[in-house]
Amino acid sequence: MAKITYIDPQGARHEIDLRPGMTVMEGARDNDVPGIVAECGGACACSTCHVYVAEGWADRLPPMDPMEEDMLDFAPGVEPGRSRLSCQLTVSEALDGLVVEVPQEQA
Amino acid sequence: MSGVIVIGAGQAASALAAKLRAGGYEAPVTLIGEERDPPYQRPPLSKAYLLGEMPRDRLYLRPESFYAEAGITLRLGAPVTRIDPQARRVHLGEEALPFDHLVLATGARPRRLPAAIGGDLAGVFTLRGIADIEALAPLMRPGARLLVVGGGYIGLEAAAVARKLGLEVTLVEQSARILQRVAARETSDWFRALHQSHGVEIREGVGLARLTGETRVEGAELSDGTRLRIDLVIAGIGVSPESGLADAAGIACGNGIAVDAQGRTSAPGIWAAGDCAAFPWRGRQLRLESVQNAIEQAECVAANIMGAGRAYDPHPWFWSDQYDVKLQIAGLGQGHDHVVTRPGKRAGSVSHWYFAGPRLLAVDAMNDPRAYMAGKRMLEQGRSPEATEIADPTQDLAALMRAPARQTEES
Repeated sequence: MAKITYIDPQGARHEIDLRPGMTVMEGARDNDVPGIVAECGGACACSTCHVYVAEGWADRLPPMDPMEEDMLDFAPGVEPGRSRLSCQLTVSEALDGLVVEVPQEQA
Repeated sequence: MSGVIVIGAGQAASALAAKLRAGGYEAPVTLIGEERDPPYQRPPLSKAYLLGEMPRDRLYLRPESFYAEAGITLRLGAPVTRIDPQARRVHLGEEALPFDHLVLATGARPRRLPAAIGGDLAGVFTLRGIADIEALAPLMRPGARLLVVGGGYIGLEAAAVARKLGLEVTLVEQSARILQRVAARETSDWFRALHQSHGVEIREGVGLARLTGETRVEGAELSDGTRLRIDLVIAGIGVSPESGLADAAGIACGNGIAVDAQGRTSAPGIWAAGDCAAFPWRGRQLRLESVQNAIEQAECVAANIMGAGRAYDPHPWFWSDQYDVKLQIAGLGQGHDHVVTRPGKRAGSVSHWYFAGPRLLAVDAMNDPRAYMAGKRMLEQGRSPEATEIADPTQDLAALMRAPARQTEES
């Protein structure tokens, strides 16, 4: 299991143990974390599962593929170096302790 | 309080129930579904799930424990027999359930090939529910001969999966071109070439005359007289809105269940959302078949049940996965008079921009999320770029979008 902490748009912290193989998006959806919409269900098609990863984590995550990179090029509220699509973050032991912040708005 | 009953347990029903609870609605909420699975995602059925790359429980929108914890009752495998709008009751055979608000989230059902032309033979499938895929997937074996009837998105996605699995695939489309109902010629041409390069035989302007076989399909006769030996048929010939219960209850229906901007049907206390609902949009009644519409319309209805008085005004978007191509569509292209092609910044990425005069209507982006996101933002803001700017690949898309208002987000 890996513990992932979500900070929702109201500032509330949700600490959730996730099975390796799930995505960070699925962990939020299954546990009713507000603010992660994930309309496309994880197909990297909509950008409504955008999160900011906490400092020090960006380099420890699986690298972005070109689709995710291009989506984030133009998604609103993106902060280079901190923004990821949580449907593309597959949970592994290496992600134990990851903290992500959910933005105020998804588009 | 009798609370809210939702007929349907799909994407719209799930979104509606979750939104009611998130909004503080405390009375009972019950979802009544015909299928036996808890609410699940349909888009992967014709993609990763058919390909065998996705386990069943990953289709579920939320774990079953979510509904119990949120106080949402799931009545699955339970067909509704009748709605009584005056008494405000839903009938399941002998049982009658009272409601304060009823939401029709009944979805749509696939059109089937008529039995008179062999549509009832074994080996003939439509793709709509988990059960369809469970029955079809074991037959998707290398070397099997598949006929896909219909060149819309479902048919094309099925053809792509079948080629990946090593089947021989022929696709017939009775219109002059694939995707004719939903896309411009440029997009049809692009996807035709994609499928041909993967070995799909595409026959346009050719219909299915009949399927042949004793009990199981063995052959097909096409409208041009061609005969094919086949093992399997997938019909992707569109869906019809599930408006039967509403119609029988005297609720106004046209192309689907008619609702007003807030999602109300013609019967007091009865609402509709998702694939089954036709709503007023820019001067016409529109019915959308998409995940986005299911979620956003359902959430709007949930808010209105709680008294928000909000009008539903979506910016439609869609996606499709075929082979290694992701198609993203922003807007609705119907009524366009010209299309501008814009090469993307990566090899093989391209977008088609639909215009009516100077007005941007829609963007089809093939492996080009930047074009999709830019087009979507422009449509949301009601802005149209110059066609000449779009056609010029040296013009930066980011510069063509007005700089967005900065979010002052402290984190």
